[in-house]
Amino acid sequence: MSQTTSQKIPVTVLTGYLGAGKTTLLNRILSENHGKKYAVIVNEFGEIGIDNDLIIGADEEVFEMNNGCICCTVRGDLVRIMDGLMKRKGKFDAIIVETTGLADPAPVAQTFFVDEDVQKNARLDAVVTVADAKWLSDRLKDAPEAKNQIAFADVIVLNKTDLVSKPELAEVEARIRGINPYAKLHRTERCKVALSDVLERGAFDLDRILEIEPDFLEADDHDHDHDHHHHHGHDHHDHDHGHGLKHYHDEDMQSLSLRSDKPLDPNRFMPWLQNLMATEGQKILRSKGILAFQDDEDRYVFQGVHMMLEGDHQRKWKDGEPRESRVVFIGRELPQQMIRDGFESCIVS
Amino acid sequence: MSSFEPAGEQASIASITEQVRPITIGAAVTSVHFLGDRAFFVGAEEKVSIVDAEGVMSKVDVLGGGILCAASDGKRIVMGGDDGKVVALDKKGGVAVLATDAKRRWIDNVALQADGAVAWSVGKTAFVRSAKGEEKSLEVPSTVGGLAFAPKGLRIAIAHYNGATLWFPNMAAAPEFLPWTGSHLGVTFSPDNKFLVTTMHEPALHGWRLADNRHMRMSGYPGRVRSMSWSAGGKFLATSGADTVIMWPFASKDGPMGKEPAMLAPLQVRVSAVACHPKQDILAAGYGDGTILMVRMGDGGELLVRRNGTAAVSGIAWNAKGTLLAFSDEDGDAGILSI
Repeated sequence: MSQTTSQKIPVTVLTGYLGAGKTTLLNRILSENHGKKYAVIVNEFGEIGIDNDLIIGADEEVFEMNNGCICCTVRGDLVRIMDGLMKRKGKFDAIIVETTGLADPAPVAQTFFVDEDVQKNARLDAVVTVADAKWLSDRLKDAPEAKNQIAFADVIVLNKTDLVSKPELAEVEARIRGINPYAKLHRTERCKVALSDVLERGAFDLDRILEIEPDFLEADDHDHDHDHHHHHGHDHHDHDHGHGLKHYHDEDMQSLSLRSDKPLDPNRFMPWLQNLMATEGQKILRSKGILAFQDDEDRYVFQGVHMMLEGDHQRKWKDGEPRESRVVFIGRELPQQMIRDGFESCIVS
Repeated sequence: MSSFEPAGEQASIASITEQVRPITIGAAVTSVHFLGDRAFFVGAEEKVSIVDAEGVMSKVDVLGGGILCAASDGKRIVMGGDDGKVVALDKKGGVAVLATDAKRRWIDNVALQADGAVAWSVGKTAFVRSAKGEEKSLEVPSTVGGLAFAPKGLRIAIAHYNGATLWFPNMAAAPEFLPWTGSHLGVTFSPDNKFLVTTMHEPALHGWRLADNRHMRMSGYPGRVRSMSWSAGGKFLATSGADTVIMWPFASKDGPMGKEPAMLAPLQVRVSAVACHPKQDILAAGYGDGTILMVRMGDGGELLVRRNGTAAVSGIAWNAKGTLLAFSDEDGDAGILSI
């Protein structure tokens, strides 16, 4: 019997390169007095200092599904662990999956979309990536895994900010934004972050795809100057999000944002999107969209992980709400012009 | 989910629902076994509920947490828990701890052999303890998905990623690897020891003819196969996973190769549990909506044992004589039928 989204157990995936502070964040989550009980799936026993009888060791065994989709990899150990955990339903409120520092988040996320039994009982809440402010810039140059983890994230906890200078922090943030401008970014020391900022995010919940604006635009500064004034007047404020932001372009991992205020033709857009995912889905890590179709009173939303797409009518467009379609892709070596041209061809002229 | 109402032809099915003694376990049940004439309902956590033919119930604490797996040889039930323990429960309700994992890792699978050997697995490691108490272990390339003893000799099949391993714990020879791409979860030997069949992560079975390791692909299921049962004499392997009972023929030397399976007892909901009668060509099938049918293999004739409208049937079992049938759904609404 399938359960509605709200009854399904939320699963937070915790990633981050070696030494970034995943275990610190995990211990913080478990020790905080929130009245909730978490089942925690870890890759190494013994690192968690909190007494919890629902800590399960995992082996990160990835296998390819025999469904002809080459990027369709799932974590077989998670399938098994989720099956076992469901015998203890009612003993925990949420699940946290910690991955190893070198893990690709995609197979973890895909497990929650392709496995029928897992999907019946649990829902992916968000991918939270812990990044080391001091070393991330270096790792983005030499560790493709670190880049994957940033690109895939819904929430980035930029940790150890006390170990870097302000210009260094601005540098690493700009590098993150060059890859993934959409994740919520929190600057922390010793992973001190409000739990509500990392848990119960609903990042994969179609009903909560409300905004897909770059995160830094939501800060109070909208006058993006591109001339890198490090001594901008506002620097003296505590709240200097988005100021003096450098624009980095990461050579192989990018995001692409498309928009149109003219309606889209669903009979052109859906086949185009499906074909794009079938042919380029290996490169496209994440995708999201809010769409205004011609002669459709409802907003249509979709989101995807590699080739896996899900979409639905979300709600009626509100009076006065601009009927604008927005689509974002985050991926490696995106064929940008091809995607732009394809999107343009779906606009009703 | 909407409830399925048997209509038209289904309404004409003879019903024996009145003869079932209803039993309320009061907790989730994951499998059902008979030891003698008492039915043992294995819970999802901690307890096994023992019910006699008169419906009198007693409960036994077997493990300190989730019960992850259970197997029975008709003399005892062996179970593995998420507290790292392997326990055996006997006919009288006595519990013996057979093994404890030092790191409290999950016991993912258990298997039992009629002459008293026990096998279990933790992650990638399979363990076996002979009837004499001698313990051995074998590590396979990836997490063990399932374990099964061969009907003869001390030989164990271990299902894992990309195939299955056949292990003779008492022989010096290297274990034999039977490759097939994909994740293999459940495993069973045919009663004549000629075939090995695994359930896969994708909705399919895979089989090997053990004489020459020839492959047998058995696919077409809409859902993963979670329940398998050999018919009396091993003529058929009955399986869940489709909206009919899928019966693969194993009577000939080629097994099901090049043959169509028999499809019995179609409903508009998937079969969740199957149990073949130990002596006759009859089986009991439980469905995702709680329906249970008794089915004659020869002509597909059906008897309604339990109506729909509940959680999925999670376990069905016959006693060894074939005179009692016990079942439960996932929520612990159970029953015993005397035939």
